[in-house]
Amino acid sequence: MFKGVYNWIDERLDITPMWRDVADHEVPEHVNPAHHFSAFVYCFGGLTFFITVIQILSGMFLTMYYVPDIVNAYYSVEYLQTKVAFGQIVRGMHHWGASLVIVMMFLHTLRVFFTGSYKAPREMNWVVGMLIFFVMLGLGFTGYLLPWDNKAYFATKVGMEIADTVPYIGPYLKELMQGGTIVGAQTLTRFFAIHVFFLPAGLLALLGAHFFMIRRQGISGPL
Amino acid sequence: MAHGHSSKEKVVYVGDSRVKKRSYNPEQPDYTAYPGKSEAFIPNFLLKEWMVGVVALVAFLVLTISEPPPLGYPANPNNTGFVPIPDWYFLFLYQLLKYPYASGSYVVIGTVLIPAVMFGGLVMAPFLDSGKERRFYKRPIASSLMFVSLLAIIYLTKVAWNGYEHELKELNIIPEHIEREEKAREAAAAGKPTGQAKPGGKEVAIVDKDDPAMASFKKATCVACHGADLKGASAPSLRGIGDTLSKDEILKIIHEGKNDGKMPAMYDTAIGAGLTDQDIDHLAEWLAKQKAAQ
Ligand code: HEC
Ligand code: HEM
Repeated sequence: MFKGVYNWIDERLDITPMWRDVADHEVPEHVNPAHHFSAFVYCFGGLTFFITVIQILSGMFLTMYYVPDIVNAYYSVEYLQTKVAFGQIVRGMHHWGASLVIVMMFLHTLRVFFTGSYKAPREMNWVVGMLIFFVMLGLGFTGYLLPWDNKAYFATKVGMEIADTVPYIGPYLKELMQGGTIVGAQTLTRFFAIHVFFLPAGLLALLGAHFFMIRRQGISGPL
Repeated sequence: MAHGHSSKEKVVYVGDSRVKKRSYNPEQPDYTAYPGKSEAFIPNFLLKEWMVGVVALVAFLVLTISEPPPLGYPANPNNTGFVPIPDWYFLFLYQLLKYPYASGSYVVIGTVLIPAVMFGGLVMAPFLDSGKERRFYKRPIASSLMFVSLLAIIYLTKVAWNGYEHELKELNIIPEHIEREEKAREAAAAGKPTGQAKPGGKEVAIVDKDDPAMASFKKATCVACHGADLKGASAPSLRGIGDTLSKDEILKIIHEGKNDGKMPAMYDTAIGAGLTDQDIDHLAEWLAKQKAAQ
């Protein structure tokens, strides 16, 4: 049945060569923890991706309840967490996942660094990786404001004061991020848009580049 | 990667589309000729990886269920006593700004210079450390720079966190997310609403606004903190206070204060302002009558 449907589509669109190109590749012995336990360090990239997927999925569910305005934001989060069935789990996954993804990304970066995998010919992938790193920190910073409790509000305020100290462009940078002269209604909608649309779009584009380069070049050889 | 197929046959298309009719079926490549024990990513490796992934996912779910995500009280820009704290992975940068050489008039060193050098160095690592050698113990400069940075980050994070905990203890502050959760649990046990009252929703009216107690409330300077309309200023709103406190409890608060003197003992002040003991008793009675639902 499933095969029949697949063949029917494949006959019309000739998709087999395409997905085989994407899916077929080897896993060399030196990165396979089944053969060398210490090779688990090579799993951190995949784990980062796994949690990134969790973040995207749980985030999609969060936006079903979250209301990005300063009057309702807090109460929508409180409602989701305390009244909605499984709401606490959805918010919990996004909250703890946000920390976990940073940890995994950090470990992945260290693996790449200490195995010297960033060296020629993989320099570009390292630079793309660092861009991903910054996008992730940006996601963390903008997401922290969204529950609109005191912790969120005052941390963002401190963040803005820090941005303000950058020479020359600081005040403009601060006003651009705040969407005005104070941390307020504009800041929240702005951070929401950045957190939910701008940065994830950038992240997905960068991840696409990251994976394309890995598939093209293959994983770095044994040390 | 490409599954090329050379064929001299005439190209046959699928209907009038541009899709070529394929006469062969691409085989899964065989990796036995590859060095070492290479195996196919799909399905061999991915299946094993997925099994480990499922275990990790279950562990993660157990964590999220047992440890609710923190949520404090609604943001109040007038709250002057709140101790700000960023998410943990920004703590080391935050701590950096507390040192004299990276704050005050040198703050640019902490907010721009050091982060720019560190992250700039990281981004440029492949070009700065461009030798062929990959093993970390044969790259002493790059590796030791990374080790030292790591230790610095761990140290700064730890100092920042200890400082935060110390500050909370010093100021006798319970983090809001913990306090909120405890209060919600108590409220739930008492059958009262567990959520935060939403301002601007249904406004709680003042009961018996013309009662002489309103004048006592002003005279005793309660207004300075609780607002002329009881709506709260630096201190919480007292509208609807009768829902949570009884007359005796309110009297006790007036006599003894609350929360380590954040709400000071006001009895003597009130007497000093010319109120009688009876006035104060009546004030407490009137406050206890302030209920949201009549
Ligand atoms: C110096 C400012 C100040 C003044 C003056 C003051 N209060 Fe308060 N009051 C507070 C603060 C702050 C709190 C909150 C204490 C806490 O953290 O629980 C409070 C709490 C209360 C509470 C308990 C509220 C609750 O939700 O549990 C009552 C009742 C109260 N005050 C009554 C009065 C009365 C009556 C007067 C006048 C006689 C008065 N207050 C004067 C600062 C003040
Ligand atoms: C969302 C974040 C990221 C994801 C999902 C991700 C995913 C991956 C995956 C799956 C691999 C294959 C090897 C492995 O699993 O270790 C990989 C390799 C690589 N990553 Fe990442 N990565 C991320 C962030 C980063 C960052 C922050 C850097 C460093 C700046 C980086 C640099 C690299 C490099 C250079 C390689 C090639 C290494 C080699 O061939 O040995 N990546 N990445």
